[in-house]
Amino acid sequence: MASKQLRILVPVKRVIDYQIRPRVNKLGTAIETTGVKFSINPFDDIAVEEAVRIREKNKSLVESIHAVSIGPSKAQDILRNCLAKGADTSTLIDSKDARIEPLAVAKVLKEVVEKQNANLVIMGKQAIDDDCNNTGQMLAGMLKWPQATNAAKVEFLESGRVEVTREVDGGEEVISASLPLVITTDLRLNIPRYVGLQNLMKAKKKPMEKLALKDFSDVDFEPRLKVNSIEEPQPRAPGVKVNSVDELIEKLKDAKVI
Amino acid sequence: MIRSTVTRQLVRTVALRQCRYAPVVLRTACVSPNVHNHRFYATKIQPKLTSENYPSVKRNPNYKQLSSEDLNFFKSILTENEILQASESEDLAFYNEDWMRKYKGQSKIVLKPKSVEKIAKIVKYCNEQKLAVVPQGGNTGLVGGSVPVFDEIILSVANLNQIRHFDPVSGILKCDAGVILENADNFLAEHGYIFPLDLGAKGSCHVGGVVATNAGGLRLLRYGSLHGSVLGLEVVMPNGDIVNSMDALRKDNTGYDLKQLFIGSEGTIGIITGVSIMTPTRPKAFNVSFLAVESYEAVQQVFVKAKKDLSEILSAFEFMDSNSQELTKQHLPDSPHPFEDKYPFYVLIETSGANKEHDDAKLEAFLESAMEEELVVDGVVAQDETELKNLWQWREMIPESSQAGGGVYKYDVSLPLKDLYSLVEAANTKLAEAGLVGEAPKPVIQAIGYGHVGDGNLHLNVAVREYSKDVEKALEPFVYEFVSSKHGSISAEHGLGFQKKNYIGYSKNAEEVKLIKDLRTHYDPNAILNPYKYV
Repeated sequence: MASKQLRILVPVKRVIDYQIRPRVNKLGTAIETTGVKFSINPFDDIAVEEAVRIREKNKSLVESIHAVSIGPSKAQDILRNCLAKGADTSTLIDSKDARIEPLAVAKVLKEVVEKQNANLVIMGKQAIDDDCNNTGQMLAGMLKWPQATNAAKVEFLESGRVEVTREVDGGEEVISASLPLVITTDLRLNIPRYVGLQNLMKAKKKPMEKLALKDFSDVDFEPRLKVNSIEEPQPRAPGVKVNSVDELIEKLKDAKVI
Repeated sequence: MIRSTVTRQLVRTVALRQCRYAPVVLRTACVSPNVHNHRFYATKIQPKLTSENYPSVKRNPNYKQLSSEDLNFFKSILTENEILQASESEDLAFYNEDWMRKYKGQSKIVLKPKSVEKIAKIVKYCNEQKLAVVPQGGNTGLVGGSVPVFDEIILSVANLNQIRHFDPVSGILKCDAGVILENADNFLAEHGYIFPLDLGAKGSCHVGGVVATNAGGLRLLRYGSLHGSVLGLEVVMPNGDIVNSMDALRKDNTGYDLKQLFIGSEGTIGIITGVSIMTPTRPKAFNVSFLAVESYEAVQQVFVKAKKDLSEILSAFEFMDSNSQELTKQHLPDSPHPFEDKYPFYVLIETSGANKEHDDAKLEAFLESAMEEELVVDGVVAQDETELKNLWQWREMIPESSQAGGGVYKYDVSLPLKDLYSLVEAANTKLAEAGLVGEAPKPVIQAIGYGHVGDGNLHLNVAVREYSKDVEKALEPFVYEFVSSKHGSISAEHGLGFQKKNYIGYSKNAEEVKLIKDLRTHYDPNAILNPYKYV
């Protein structure tokens, strides 16, 4: 195994911070983004952490960790954090404010994988803004690589295979695959570390390549889906206090739940 | 107090897991759990009655015992829901015990009127009948000021809980005294404003209570004390008069500034029923950084530098000693501490402002040069809201952690900055000399120090396995004498209450104490409001 060096690619996305309540804009066409705090997609944060932990566990195993993000120029903030946490190099693909669908993202990532000569992609199972959960699968399909999605545990076996414990309905599924491989991360995989000041300063000196969408001339970025409208969910009706068990039963009967 | 800390202690995985299949707009609905209507205590210790713990304090025989006539009078004014009576199954512990479970009264009745007029009628009656009354808000006080000592009637303002008016132009909020601080702040947040005071107990404490106790808290550095931000009050006096200055203006130089008398009056001379307060606009961007430093010297140097480099965006500067973090680590075993190594002191810096990029740049420059000057050994910066909350938790969970082992003696003092930490060292030496510190069965676990450096306010917490007279004797009046010798205050923000009643002399001279007593006697000649406490 030690002979086989890992070149890990970690794609990350800048999304509205998950603690912030997203608001629909006045026209009902999109989520309001001005003056809203953005952070790294939490699943991607876990992916970065996992890549760094793989290296910490076995230094000779990992040759490089490269972080890539497609997003506005401000996405370099999250790339900077990836570098501070332990990525060696990074690429920002500036998409301005364009909405890019998973298929196009997967096609771009395929080119990045080939350019970086990566043999392991670790990425979030989904981004919390559109919750698509299909970029990883599409990327694996296009690369004709095996995929291990919703990973809760990742282990490198003596044989050179990778054993991944997956979160599935009602339990866990343990699978193994050979490299190259796409892994998508689930929540239980790890708890990401804080970014240390020393590392944050050092990260400024680490390389960040900047590309634009036009550098990927073979990829069609035109969205195939049209967003008709975005609406807030119905607010939940307030609860009521009942004075007796009889009243409670009455109410439950009225609501046709018993 | 714990309610809000539970809310804050959003362990990343749990919160995220709840949301894993939720669509984007629903996502945040599940990360703001409101834990309400359930009381958690700081400790499992069953409190002894205050009257048994302090046999030297005697019930004043001038006060009448509650009779059935009195009860009938209360019933003539209040509805069934506004009266709680003690019975065999209900000892009213929720109202009789303080949050720390250090004090326990024996009141047989709790009145929870729904209007100010009803309160006025009740107070007037009690004054005439010489029935002692303890006004109560959220009952989160730390000096035993909000619970009865003997059989005082508990008058809770919990049912006065309405926002009365908010002016989105001036930012003036008018509300009932019983509005929970967090609710007031959430209300203001919707309008882009912020309550100028924040403290750990915000999920339980009342707006009226924080004014009555002149609470300080985490935002004092930025927004100043309540003496500045409160514009007017509505107060029920012992004779039943309702003194209303709720329409007060930002600037009003006519006559004595009477409201100031009630800010920090701790339920003596009048019961606050309404508050009018000036609220600042809510900052849009918050940053939190957690730093490790080598000495208390360095803490002060970082503070000076933070004031200089961060100036108007600096909104909190908290320091914590090593032991406080070790205790908190034991209490939060599932949360990773920002640092793997131990350091002598930690500093939490919060900035808040209107422009994220501007704040980020300032904070970054400050941190970089603090590292270069070697004032700071190591540090982390919160990268998202979750980390921001988690970093705060290492400061906010200290009080709870310090009593998790049994109980805690809390001293909240103001000292000149240079002497701030010396009190913790002195207390540890004193307790060690008395042979009280160590593994069980020694009563004391550790004395820890943390606090608001920005305000010269130290919290000395002595974590104990049980409350004992030996520990109390070692600490009191030692702590007060120490503070007095450094010209500090024995109560920076917790007030006097029952705990510090006899120690006011360490911070106020005889003439000042006489003035306070004269005022109290003048407005409350029968001394019915919050007896056995304050002075």
